[in-house]
Amino acid sequence: MNIIEAKDLVHEFFRRDEEGNIEGISVALDKVDLNVKEGQFISILGHNGSGKSTLAKHINALLTPSDGTIYVDGKDTSKPENELPIRQSAGMVFQNPDNQIIASIVEEDVGFGPENIGIPTDEIWERVERSLKSVGMWKYHAHSPNKLSGGQKQRVAIAGVMAMEPKCIIMDEPTAMLDPQGRKEVIKVAHELNKKKGVTVILITHYMEEVIDSDYVYVMEKGKIVMEGTPREIFSRVDDLKHYRMEVPQVTYLAHELKKNGLDLPEGILTREEFLDVLNIG
Amino acid sequence: MSLILDNVTYKYSTNTAYEITALDGVSLKIEDGEFIGIIGHTGSGKSTLIQHMNGLLKATSGTIYYNGQDIYDKDYDLKDLRTQVGMVFQYPEHQLFETTVFEDVKFGPKNQGLDDKEATLRAYEALQAVHFPEDAYDQSPFELSGGQKRRAAIAGVLAMKPAVLILDEPTAGLDPKGRGEILHLIKNMHEKKGNTIILVSHSMEDVANYVDRIIVMNDAKVYMDGSVKEVFSRIDELEAIQLAVPEVTYLMRELKRMGYNVNESVTTVEEAKREILRLKGKLA
Repeated sequence: MNIIEAKDLVHEFFRRDEEGNIEGISVALDKVDLNVKEGQFISILGHNGSGKSTLAKHINALLTPSDGTIYVDGKDTSKPENELPIRQSAGMVFQNPDNQIIASIVEEDVGFGPENIGIPTDEIWERVERSLKSVGMWKYHAHSPNKLSGGQKQRVAIAGVMAMEPKCIIMDEPTAMLDPQGRKEVIKVAHELNKKKGVTVILITHYMEEVIDSDYVYVMEKGKIVMEGTPREIFSRVDDLKHYRMEVPQVTYLAHELKKNGLDLPEGILTREEFLDVLNIG
Repeated sequence: MSLILDNVTYKYSTNTAYEITALDGVSLKIEDGEFIGIIGHTGSGKSTLIQHMNGLLKATSGTIYYNGQDIYDKDYDLKDLRTQVGMVFQYPEHQLFETTVFEDVKFGPKNQGLDDKEATLRAYEALQAVHFPEDAYDQSPFELSGGQKRRAAIAGVLAMKPAVLILDEPTAGLDPKGRGEILHLIKNMHEKKGNTIILVSHSMEDVANYVDRIIVMNDAKVYMDGSVKEVFSRIDELEAIQLAVPEVTYLMRELKRMGYNVNESVTTVEEAKREILRLKGKLA
């Protein structure tokens, strides 16, 4: 079953001058078709201003279509009565963990969402424990979020979303502000939630290394999906990616360069292990 | 001409139960014209360190000398220091505020007391230096794309012609091409004008590609200080403090372990390529 189904999705916004008169119309999403199956881990790449974040906001009804349709968990986002159920089905994690954490104790922060929708107290505590455990942060449940590292804070933010028991989590550049270790922690947690809890994950990122374990990758440009495929298919197209202001993982790029220099290597090598294997034979 | 930190310690909330030592006896000498990278995990003291370099934070103990003068001397002009040591903060575009890009960039030099003609010239030069498209000079800075906003904000600092330019994660949140463009621009400027550059970054690959010397911060102290190759050869120590080395450096270490005769001190794709071609040439 498709948890997300977008058909000819269009998002337009008005540009206004200083007096508030409409100067023109910008198209942020231009007839996007997107089908995501429940339980998939998909990634979206694209340069700044390509429409990635706008698309993400449509998936949890923060924005609604100017034209076309998008169904999330079978619900039409353009119907106002679907807004809250959709936000429960599809949770969102943003770039800066400091803007998403509101309470002074980790467990209270994670419990805020379920409390807000009227979940009984006993069940709130169960959910808090479950979601903090799922991101490996249970031992910090009574700590102040201030003392945590960037990666830990972002995991708490993810736990806050998990406590709402969503079917789908959208992560909009969740690692942009983290150090290397924090980046690894967050991506690992995203994959664990996907594998163990069956949560559908939609990861938006500028770091190519974070994409290699996804089931499927989309590349956006000027509001359109311009490339899609498995990570290996996408990263085999080094020159196309460059054209869209993207790059490939360092190892992939090294293999591509060596191939240009006459070594017999396949395109689309994603990891060090693969590289070492083919280099050995080659 | 240099920037010297002599045994600098900085404590927050002194004499309370919440006292935290953010810098602990840091001594550093930064020479004129160096290109330095500062790395360290979140909370290691990087930002506190750079905020001392232009006098935004005052050390609890220790001394800082800029060009031989003690910046904590009561006759020292801190305002002058801040125009010579320019700082580009994280997400500098959040500090854009004027009605047009050009006015925004002009604000710094005007504030330095330059007349309108000189400030205009400086703004023009700075926007040219960051390759900002000329037809957008009169646009509102709030209507620009992420990469362009970042350029406009960096131009605003460049227009003050700082001798030392400190950048705190100038590429965070930019797409790969935008990252490359901003770093190239900084590198070019460094080569042309010879100013000192201090780059705080979470990207080991960027640091390897652009800087000459790396300072590693950990637990409020300088943990390592050396050339790119020296620092990135200490893989296990870096991992122990939540850092990493460039992907190609890991790759070379594994090749070495597999028994290949390769140079482990590789830190860039270009070097790795040459090393493997050399290896393959020999094998063939």
